[in-house]
Amino acid sequence: MFFTTLFFGGIALAIVGTGMGVLLTRNAVYTVLFLVANFSLVAVLYLVLGAPFLAMAQVTVYAGAIMVLFLFVIMLLGAERLPGREPLKSQRVLALVLGGILLAQVALFVVWGFNNANPLPEAAPDFATPTQVATLLFTKYALPFEVTSVILLVAVIGVIVLTRGEITSIRGRLLGKKKEE
Amino acid sequence: MEPIIYYLALSVILFSMGVVGVLVRRNAIVIFMCLEMMFNAANLAFMAFASYYQALDGQMFVFFVMTVAAAEVAVGLALMVAIFRAKKSIDVDQMSSLKG
Repeated sequence: MFFTTLFFGGIALAIVGTGMGVLLTRNAVYTVLFLVANFSLVAVLYLVLGAPFLAMAQVTVYAGAIMVLFLFVIMLLGAERLPGREPLKSQRVLALVLGGILLAQVALFVVWGFNNANPLPEAAPDFATPTQVATLLFTKYALPFEVTSVILLVAVIGVIVLTRGEITSIRGRLLGKKKEE
Repeated sequence: MEPIIYYLALSVILFSMGVVGVLVRRNAIVIFMCLEMMFNAANLAFMAFASYYQALDGQMFVFFVMTVAAAEVAVGLALMVAIFRAKKSIDVDQMSSLKG
């Protein structure tokens, strides 16, 4: 019991620490690396909670694919660091105060609603195995699953439409050059 | 295993840090990343409750949140690229063309 609490405390501390890193680092590439560490540590907590499939999905989809996408765009745009100084210093203090108020409010609500000191039940060995997750996904949640595929398709089309301008302009330039020749 | 309140407290802290990040940072891409951190906090709460009630439905929600977040990130980053092309910067303070 003591060791599991110690383990949870260490992981939680590391999660909060990497989160602070996300907030404080100036270079956006370091921010991405901190966030990758954050997501991986949360995946460890998912494992503790007895969800191996989603822990792996968290590592591959979140810490892998999505963060690589972020890194790609940061490198592509060369936007690691914004030029100039913070113009609105007073609003930063205001943001911290408002964030603190939010934290206090939600924490109060949680303590009020779920102050259940009983430890979480140990997960049964066959709880949330990939087989069970897939069975539920393709029976009870089949319709939402299909809707997600439509969402992803729309996102793909949207991305193509949004970034198409450059491609056509390049093609136009190439065509223009050919005409000049 | 730890009481559920530990996980919820961690989730609340993570969410508040995401909110502060969205309010404080100027780089639009970093704001996006703080948004992801908030998603992550919500997912952690879902997971804790899935374990609390020994029901898989919460985990299904985490799965759907992940896919929707992936779609959202793809579209959002395409928007960033488009904005950068138009304004030569992704500083949110400079995206004020609609301000009177």
